[in-house]
Amino acid sequence: MMRPSNEAELAEFVASADGPLRIEGGGTRDIGRPVAGTKLSTANLSGISLYEPGALTVVAAAGTPLAEIEGKLAAEGQRLAFEPMDHRELLGTAGTSTIGGVVAANVSGPRRIQVGACRDSLLGVRFVDGMGRVLKNGGRVMKNVTGYDLVKLMAGSWGTLGVLTEVSLKVQAIPEAVGCVLVNGLSDVDAVAAMSAALGSPYDVTGAAHAPSGVDGHPVTMIRIEGLEASVAYRAAKITELLEKLGGEVLVERDPTKVGAGWAWVRDVALMQGQAGDVWRVSVKPSDGPEFVAKLRAKHADVSVLYDWGGGLVWIQVAEGTDVRAELFAGHATLIRGSELTRSTIPVFQPEPAPLAALSTGLRAKFDPRGILNAGLMG
Amino acid sequence: MDMPIPNPEVLANKARIVARLKEVLPPDAVISDEVEVRAYECDALTAYRCPPLAAVLPASTEEVAAILKVCHAENVPVVPRGAGTSLAGGSMPTADSVILGVARMTEVLETDYENRFIRVQTGRTNLSVSGAVEEEGFFYAPDPSSQLACAIAGNIAMNSGGAHCLKYGVTTNNLMGVTMVTMNGEVVEIGGAYLDAGGLDLLGVICGSEGQLGVVTEATLRILHKPEGARPVLMGFDSNEVAGQCVSDIIKSGIIPVAIEFMDRPCIRATEAFAGAGYPDCEALLIVEVEGSDAEIDAQLERILAIARTHNPVELRESTSADESARIWLGRKSAFGAMGQINDYMCLDGTIPVSQLPYVLRRIGELSTDYGLDVGNVFHAGDGNMHPLILFDANKPGDLEKCEAFGADILRLCVEVGGCLTGEHGVGIEKRDLMVDQYLPEDLDIQMAVKDVFDPKWLLNPAKVFPLAASDVRRMAAE
Repeated sequence: MMRPSNEAELAEFVASADGPLRIEGGGTRDIGRPVAGTKLSTANLSGISLYEPGALTVVAAAGTPLAEIEGKLAAEGQRLAFEPMDHRELLGTAGTSTIGGVVAANVSGPRRIQVGACRDSLLGVRFVDGMGRVLKNGGRVMKNVTGYDLVKLMAGSWGTLGVLTEVSLKVQAIPEAVGCVLVNGLSDVDAVAAMSAALGSPYDVTGAAHAPSGVDGHPVTMIRIEGLEASVAYRAAKITELLEKLGGEVLVERDPTKVGAGWAWVRDVALMQGQAGDVWRVSVKPSDGPEFVAKLRAKHADVSVLYDWGGGLVWIQVAEGTDVRAELFAGHATLIRGSELTRSTIPVFQPEPAPLAALSTGLRAKFDPRGILNAGLMG
Repeated sequence: MDMPIPNPEVLANKARIVARLKEVLPPDAVISDEVEVRAYECDALTAYRCPPLAAVLPASTEEVAAILKVCHAENVPVVPRGAGTSLAGGSMPTADSVILGVARMTEVLETDYENRFIRVQTGRTNLSVSGAVEEEGFFYAPDPSSQLACAIAGNIAMNSGGAHCLKYGVTTNNLMGVTMVTMNGEVVEIGGAYLDAGGLDLLGVICGSEGQLGVVTEATLRILHKPEGARPVLMGFDSNEVAGQCVSDIIKSGIIPVAIEFMDRPCIRATEAFAGAGYPDCEALLIVEVEGSDAEIDAQLERILAIARTHNPVELRESTSADESARIWLGRKSAFGAMGQINDYMCLDGTIPVSQLPYVLRRIGELSTDYGLDVGNVFHAGDGNMHPLILFDANKPGDLEKCEAFGADILRLCVEVGGCLTGEHGVGIEKRDLMVDQYLPEDLDIQMAVKDVFDPKWLLNPAKVFPLAASDVRRMAAE
């Protein structure tokens, strides 16, 4: 394994590579079609080079541990708005999650529905392309339309377009209060209706999730509100009023520890941790989610389900080797947890229609003409 | 402004090209008369003009595809045009180009409140997207100043922002999917009513690509419920530094105002004389707006005013009525008009790190003295997106050139302090030649490589974004 200690070394290594490379941050997200090649780790490119709390910006080397960044931000009462999940328990991996890995996988948690994904907080990148050229795009300011936005393209490109060496991110102040409106006993269809009602209200919901089988085995729907103390109390009451009309038992949880634990449970998909079976992440129009899940349940036994993003993200656990796309009539699905064999036989990422696949292939050929960076990982 | 030499073959084949376009479009959708095409000779950057070969006004994605097939086969450059409000010359024609205007494509195709999106044809204006969902209490968040006139097509091309993007983000953060026609006439669907991409984030690179990768004909946009209410507060300070520090402290406090607008003394004086909004005569003025219920607004403003008081403001004005709110916004909203009353002006939009605000304003003041041209600053302070307005006299020989040189110096200053050339207007032709100040040759090269993939013949929106010298080899190879 190669662990270059600076960007120049990394660039030189890529330039002189004579075979495929397997790019890795902290190694916590073993996702994608298995890739052959020499392992290239960015873990030694580490450190926060700039943090301006008053400008809400942080710049860090790609290998900087996520925990280090979150710790530094927390000391100033700030955080990464997009709430990246920790994949370790779900995937059974060890290691230290790095900020470069988070960006490369565009990891975005429950707050995505309000503040956007990791790609929406990403202000700039530096990366090494497949020829070993050091390139940059974007910068460290919040508004930037200077040239093409390759920042978004790099987020979620899983190391297939370049090896990230530095990222700049917009950060967010941690609100003083948080609350969670809980509804017990809703069907999937009613839960999506409830989440849509809350998200379609003026009350600035920052999380909307539904577990058909929650911690106690019963259905629970969760609506999160964050902000000033008085605001959270007011909005929780308004949302309660709204959801009581739709039926079900409505409660408000205001203990920040309990609310935090509840949303960490959603974020890290605790429901499916340490269990057998493949795990899929499915993007749908929220109102399509329950029908997709019903079709899946009709066909397969032992389907576990967790709805996040107001129903727009459906986590599915099914028997190994099941391709859930057979029941998916609109949207796209990504296989997040599966054996190497499964990941070699079922496409991990949603196969693209031919014209889009041609564009993606064309871009990869420009960024990595030799096809050596995480080749084939995305299909 | 240097533009590429028009392709003589295209000019010579005008009659055939127009005839082929008429075969695929209704008769009134093809404009080729030399006088009539003059309506498309420029956009809102009026200093530069060039009548196109022809203009076409398709009404559907299918018609756009048919047009592009003809132009692709005939090697005709195509300049996509939304409403023509670009301040950067983003839809400035070349003599051998066909203007593809989406003005007839204004339909709402689908409105879905449960899943919170709207799908529209991209000729629809920004404001009328909000208008279409207003009755249900919803709105489309990005709000460029030109929102009454500007089209969604142009918003996507330039990744437009607005005064309220501090809270809601810019176009790219609110765009979920597009129907796009590539230069060879192929229709592609990218994204949709989903919150993430299934593969590479192609949507992310299309938004802000200035119409150079494809013609976006339909868009799926995120809509939000309107807040219960909004209220501004006005603060006056006796120095730019103090106002800048106040902005920083508000942002750090954890309250996210929907807007923080900043005006400096020259701008305050001009707007006061023009609009009489009753602004205090001070060095720097902030307008901070927050949203929520009445009680929530009270609570947020209480915090914000407490922060402001620690900076010894010369004026703090809270609004107690809709009328007072309107008055607080009046000066800001008439700032451009006020400056225009004094003289011709050029509006820049570089972005800087918020912490560099006092330094940059001081340097702009020094440059203003050096060049002998007045400048007023009004901008979105929360995100560092500046709008220096340089005053000049278009009738005075040499003044425009001097103004452009001054503008270029300001933009280089923005880059030097860690910012960028343009925060929301786009590069267009206006800042094309300054790209080398922000990007190294290889950084531009990889962007141009993206264009190679989408538009191998380099026919879409020619001569924008990249310095001609940088794109020369590629354009020649494509021909």
